[in-house]
Amino acid sequence: MQEIEHHYEDMDIVCERPTALLDKRMHYCPGCGHGVAHRIIMEAVEELGIQENTIGVAPVGCSVFAYHYMNVDMQEAAHGRATAVATGIKRCRPDKYVFTYQGDGDLAAIGTGETIHTVNRGENVLIVFINNAIYGMTGGQMAPTTLLEQKTSTTPYGREAPFMGNPLKITELLAQLPGAFYVTRQAVNTPLHVRRAKKAIVNGFKWQALNKGTCFVEIVSNCPTNWGMKPVESNKWLEEHMLPFYPLGDMKVPSKEELENG
Amino acid sequence: MAKIRGDIKVDIEKCKGCELCVVSCPQNALALSDGINKQGYHYAVLIEDVCTGCTNCSLVCPDAVITVYREDRKTGKKKPVAELRNVTGDIKIEVGAEEEEGN
Amino acid sequence: MGELRLMKGNEALAEAAIRAGMDAYFGYPITPQSEVLEYLTREAYKRTQCTILQAESEIASINMIYGASGAGARVMTSSSSPGISLMQEGISYIAGAELPCLLVNINRGGPGLGTIQPSQGDYFQSVKGGGHGDYRLIVLAPATVQEMADFVQDGWELAEKYRNPVMILSDGALGQMMEKVELREQIDRSKHVIPEWATTGKKKDRERNFITSLFIQPEEMEQVNLQLQAKYKTIVENEIRVQEVQTDDADFVIVAYGLSARIGRKVMELLRADGIKVGLIRPITLWPYPYETVSRAAERVKGFLSLELNAGQMVEDVRLAVNGRCPVEHYGRMGGIIPSPDEVADVIREMYSKIQ
Ligand SMILES: Cc1ncc(C[n+]2csc(CCOP(=O)(O)OP(=O)(O)O)c2C)c(N)n1
Ligand code: SF4
Ligand code: SF4
Repeated sequence: MQEIEHHYEDMDIVCERPTALLDKRMHYCPGCGHGVAHRIIMEAVEELGIQENTIGVAPVGCSVFAYHYMNVDMQEAAHGRATAVATGIKRCRPDKYVFTYQGDGDLAAIGTGETIHTVNRGENVLIVFINNAIYGMTGGQMAPTTLLEQKTSTTPYGREAPFMGNPLKITELLAQLPGAFYVTRQAVNTPLHVRRAKKAIVNGFKWQALNKGTCFVEIVSNCPTNWGMKPVESNKWLEEHMLPFYPLGDMKVPSKEELENG
Repeated sequence: MAKIRGDIKVDIEKCKGCELCVVSCPQNALALSDGINKQGYHYAVLIEDVCTGCTNCSLVCPDAVITVYREDRKTGKKKPVAELRNVTGDIKIEVGAEEEEGN
Repeated sequence: MGELRLMKGNEALAEAAIRAGMDAYFGYPITPQSEVLEYLTREAYKRTQCTILQAESEIASINMIYGASGAGARVMTSSSSPGISLMQEGISYIAGAELPCLLVNINRGGPGLGTIQPSQGDYFQSVKGGGHGDYRLIVLAPATVQEMADFVQDGWELAEKYRNPVMILSDGALGQMMEKVELREQIDRSKHVIPEWATTGKKKDRERNFITSLFIQPEEMEQVNLQLQAKYKTIVENEIRVQEVQTDDADFVIVAYGLSARIGRKVMELLRADGIKVGLIRPITLWPYPYETVSRAAERVKGFLSLELNAGQMVEDVRLAVNGRCPVEHYGRMGGIIPSPDEVADVIREMYSKIQ
């Protein structure tokens, strides 16, 4: 293999690991989107200068150890209860930036009630929802977001609507609630999508200061391990199968007036 | 056209060889190493001196192991880091909340 | 002397919570404790600007408690039996993460939806676990409206001292009962010292704080458990509270807590008038349990009756303490039926005649 001569000294760093992401090896599987999502959240925190005022909540799921990587105060929450925990924190520390980081099983199955009511109350928190269409931590069982015909360890012949229900588009549902201030669906499978996802997260944090309702950022992500694919292949599958069903884009954006009359 | 010079540095021991950076590089400048790191993974390496510092590889890297360097296109000189640090480049937050933040 | 008022137990508890400088209350309506939430929504915010939130469920309430306590706030939730059952996962997390908070159970009859009438059927759930894992709640059992009020601040102080959840285990009758109560002075919420372990935003001069009950490494998890057990031992050594009434000369002892202890006292008077020397042991902390007190009495007396509004739960702890030295019986009614003192006195007469 060819040896490349590096010239770091006469160049500038344009992109590096955010310092708010602790300098540790993360436990995620190779190519897992959780890592990208962690990084862009911490980049947002760092760039907004809110590290000292941010409190995160990571419930059970593959990302339960998020507090080992994110260098902000954090609380681990019971499966499904992250938004209730975040409500408790935000109500008592209203001047802090509070966010949750939840998987699809957590947010859209066991925690559906808490999710809906938190958004309906318009709690001033940022909810980051990682939709990888599967239960990662417990070994690849069906999630509420699992696609029709998708095979998982509990839908070995593929998900069938009459028996297992339809994939739940909870983000579309939440966008209907008056308490939602900003609802968007993003992904982290390409550089462009990562850029947009990060912008959404920056907005989600920033707009908390307006106290006008919940910001909700869904991130369509992968689970190479439980999808049984190599990372590159999984991102391709995501593009071809998930994005047509879970189209990217904003579902609810604050109007100019809403943003100005802060 | 003047060549835009870029470079990357990989934190080899944290790399898990997922290959997402390799396929994201418009210059095809990346590959996985022949050798392995302590964790047993083939890690990302720059194989051709054609990097433009576009940051694609770093953006898709799940383990945040790629640092990207770039030389200023016009002057060939350094730019203030603060100006370059903003990875997204295009963030415009239309909130009048600048004062409220960081409190 | 503090302000005197005639109040319902539930309202006295709510009033005491405001005065003790509560920062936040999260709860869900359920009979017979809805007055707590109602009183607080009426009174609390306008007086101390604290947070009062009707949650979407008890599961949400307890997890809001977790979050708020983790952020260093003085917090309380209240419910009644089915609601407390629903909270158990969260209570276990709170105990595991060592968060201080006050839980109030205005016990009603079960199992299942049961009845809205008073009961002491949640003794096991409160003192023997309830949720999963090796943890303990400090459990306070008031017997008067005055204690319903006093145990609020006392409970928080214990919770904060030990970073442990504290439960006030009362029942529907005490919750609804009107009595005179002396209220304590208002504590200024802004004077609370926020603990340094709380998640309040990572300042530059400290490491990040995180609240968790997750320890994947077996050695680490065992260590955490051992530390918890050491803490519980300290609590057992220092915090047992118990009331003894005329046990000095007693030949027979009634053990009863809360509402049952009130009946127990009447029974005692009836029997003493008959010449049977009966004493009363009233555990005030149900955990830590006053085993020593019961054990000491077992040296002298001829028998015990554990009087409970259930099918016999605390009687197991009385038997543990007595350890076979004399007969221990249980008497209780269920379904919200409160036994009359005469009824209980007959039970003791019968028992007493056999052990003479
Ligand atoms: C009350 C409860 N039920 C079940 C579990 C087991 N469990 C842990 S994580 C999980 C699903 C995780 O899936 P998801 O939320 O999609 O996150 P991912 O791991 O995919 O990131 C389940 C069922 C639990 N921890 N607690
Ligand atoms: S199991 Fe799936 S979601 Fe979990 S770390 Fe591995 S790839 Fe990511
Ligand atoms: S910065 Fe761009 S050009 Fe350079 S290696 Fe990374 S992806 Fe390729």
